[in-house]
Amino acid sequence: MDEVKNIQTIAGGFPGDVHQTPTGGVLTSRLDDVINWARSNSLWPLVFGTSCCAIEMMSTAAAKYDWSRFGFEVARATPRQADVIIIAGTIVNKMAPVLKRLYDQMADPKYVVAMGACATSGGPFFYNTYSVVKGADHVIPVDVYVAGCPPRPEALLHAMIQLQEKIKSGMTREQIRDEMKVA
Amino acid sequence: MYRQTEILQDATQVSPLNGGGDLEGAGDLIINVGPQHPSTHGVLHLVITLNGETIKKVEPHLGYIHRSIEKMCESLTFRQFIYVTSKMDYLSSHINNHGCCLCVEKGLQIEVPERAQVIRVLMDELTRLASHQLWWGALGMDVGALTPFFHAFRERELINDIFEETCGTRLTMNYMVPGGVMADLHPNFQRRVHEFIKQFKLKIDEYDELLTDNIIFKNRMQGVGVLSAADAVSYGCTGPVARGSNVVCDIRKLYPYEVYNKLQFDEVIETGGDCYARYMVRMKEMRQSLSIIEQLIDQVPEGEFQAKTKAVLKLPKGEYYSRVETARGEFGVYIVSEGGTTPYRIKFRSPGFSNLSALDHMARGGKIGDLIAIMGSLDLVIPDIDR
Repeated sequence: MDEVKNIQTIAGGFPGDVHQTPTGGVLTSRLDDVINWARSNSLWPLVFGTSCCAIEMMSTAAAKYDWSRFGFEVARATPRQADVIIIAGTIVNKMAPVLKRLYDQMADPKYVVAMGACATSGGPFFYNTYSVVKGADHVIPVDVYVAGCPPRPEALLHAMIQLQEKIKSGMTREQIRDEMKVA
Repeated sequence: MYRQTEILQDATQVSPLNGGGDLEGAGDLIINVGPQHPSTHGVLHLVITLNGETIKKVEPHLGYIHRSIEKMCESLTFRQFIYVTSKMDYLSSHINNHGCCLCVEKGLQIEVPERAQVIRVLMDELTRLASHQLWWGALGMDVGALTPFFHAFRERELINDIFEETCGTRLTMNYMVPGGVMADLHPNFQRRVHEFIKQFKLKIDEYDELLTDNIIFKNRMQGVGVLSAADAVSYGCTGPVARGSNVVCDIRKLYPYEVYNKLQFDEVIETGGDCYARYMVRMKEMRQSLSIIEQLIDQVPEGEFQAKTKAVLKLPKGEYYSRVETARGEFGVYIVSEGGTTPYRIKFRSPGFSNLSALDHMARGGKIGDLIAIMGSLDLVIPDIDR
């Protein structure tokens, strides 16, 4: 009988089993799981910083926090090459159509992280303003929200890891929403 | 060396726009840079008219991060509105708060305790250092060198840690309140700052080795985006942009506030007027800021960190103006009060807006690659421009 060994711990959460054989080993898994696993570990973010949160995003990319440890370091300047858009900062009425266009230009599958209070809900600019969009989810669908004004780099890292978990679970944004509706 | 007033009297020195000729003639190409573009440092939108690779016109379009902060301030009290100003020039948030506090204190004639004054100046200079470090890293990235970014952020994190201990956050601190500062210094503050000074003094020489004397970098910066002293004044440039063009405009020297008149430091002036001169001004300013911090860090006087103020502040009817020197230039706060608890009107004079207006003048006749270097040397913060 083959020895079934889950190699999750040794291969960064690889979703499969290793069956030891005398000549080496056989690896079994579902193709969908492997694709999601690969996808979650090479998320390319779009360089999209509108205000203060962009500085904390830069801090996350820089030496001390170093998001390349998790595979996010390939920040792209064009939406056509990006997988995830990190909305770092306030979205105002004039910027909203631009954000929508950037999102439309990204290739599927695409993900959105709303970083900070402004992108989540308008934050400090919720009251008494005439020009701020009260949350980026009025414009494009958002996968992960990060609280804070601005969030610490650790918070952004945590959000990105949450996004990885979400991708690995294999469900789309719409599927998760439907599931929550049933519950 | 020019003084602003001398130049204004002689308007004939203002040179016509170079490049000239017919705009948008045959064969011209109009391209958009931004609003989402890595070199615009945010969401600036530039419409550039090109002839080949030569720039004929640069037209900045604003408003992509206009958050109506001035209007918002009208419905916030004189204590509350200060926190919104941290989000304008988020790289000089302490200094923005400082300017607003000075204006409110002027109206209420509050005497700020000396300890609070020294703490404020210390925080201002640390902010200036952090801002210039980030600018240095970003400028390196703009002209194609990624390494400076990581070097700059290594030292910047030390300053962020110092802020976090005393103020509670890393970026938008809201530490200054009318009458002083919100909380006393953390017991570790002095030790941490000494450690930072010790490390940064070594590293700033490393910065010089990496970029300042780098021949590739020099070729990208020298003679590019020249701004004459008369033009700098006529466009209203302030801060390192104007000082790189031989204009005396440091508010800390001309209109000293807090304890700046008791300190020994030089106003850095360069004569070149090109990108490299602006670069050198900021590099030398970092050393000046270090020297200011060194003078003050062991001399923080004992006493209160906040003057006693009323719970509800009511500014007497009238108009008030105060100005401070941020990392980008002169930041002015103009408050019109009707005698109530909220301002009737607030206007901020942000340095970035005026500095950006000189971009067209500097870029005309240059190549499109130079435009990125010029923008990097202007050190623009877009929410500061749009407000």
